[in-house]
Amino acid sequence: MAEPFEPGDAVRVREDYPPGHIRTPVFIRGKEGVVTRTFGRFDNPEITTYELEGPQKTLYEVRFRQVDIWPDYDGSPSDTLDVDIYEHWLEKA
Amino acid sequence: MSEHSHGEGAPHDHGDGFGSHSHIHRESGPPQPDDKVHSYYQILGIALKELLIEKGIVTAEEVRAAIEEREAITPARGARIVARAWTDPEYKDRLLADGNAGAAEMGCPMTYTELVAVENTDDVHNVIVCTLCSCYPRELLGLPPSWYKSREYRARVVREPRAVLKEFGTEVPDDMEIRVHDSTADIRYLVIPRRPAGTEGMSADDLEALITRDSMVGVAEVKTPPA
Repeated sequence: MAEPFEPGDAVRVREDYPPGHIRTPVFIRGKEGVVTRTFGRFDNPEITTYELEGPQKTLYEVRFRQVDIWPDYDGSPSDTLDVDIYEHWLEKA
Repeated sequence: MSEHSHGEGAPHDHGDGFGSHSHIHRESGPPQPDDKVHSYYQILGIALKELLIEKGIVTAEEVRAAIEEREAITPARGARIVARAWTDPEYKDRLLADGNAGAAEMGCPMTYTELVAVENTDDVHNVIVCTLCSCYPRELLGLPPSWYKSREYRARVVREPRAVLKEFGTEVPDDMEIRVHDSTADIRYLVIPRRPAGTEGMSADDLEALITRDSMVGVAEVKTPPA
């Protein structure tokens, strides 16, 4: 099965706020970054935390520019933040 | 709040309260380290432990031994890995390509998570956080320091990393990129700090002693030893 994303892809984190055990930080939702690494497939914590069975999800390292996350960021414009995000939280940017 | 159960496995952090009852019996005299009021989650942890023991699912001895084993891990393990990476370029390549294999090769296998080693260079300074809880490479560095688990560090190091590092005494030049890694899932990070100048002739064993916990989290650099 082809992976939905690959390194170099521009992505946007879904801007969604469902209840439950969500491992996508709120401050990154709706933000755009670039996939920098594919880690492989992992259990989906949103399911396994309730001891339910479900398909594994591909986990990605997504790199964001700090200035794209925080409008008033006053460090270097080259500063970045890498966040590990499961596939179902990403869409093509 | 303690670490979530998304693969890190028990036992979790429950502070001082995990091994004792939650009742407060203080009557007089100076404050004692164990007479603080327990939080909701600490009481929950104590109740869960007591129930598991009462139902015969685990024994008190097993809980004690698991805590002892966890607390016996020190950052010396991570330092051994970093010193080898500094002195053996082929090992460093293997470690960067497959963190779990690199850790296992040094006798420090990861348990439930995957290790990714990130290398500091003259252009990039890496720093690690878990904004959601307290994910940390415990197999290599032991239990996380209290500041790593604090809301302040977790909230601020992603927001103003340069200011936070400065408070740790680490000034990162403006032309160096700071790369913050938020360990939100199954990956644990270990920073390979820059090898300090003046250590060219040192053996891996001697280098190990210079490599501190904080340098492997990325809030400090490794210092050149005094001559």
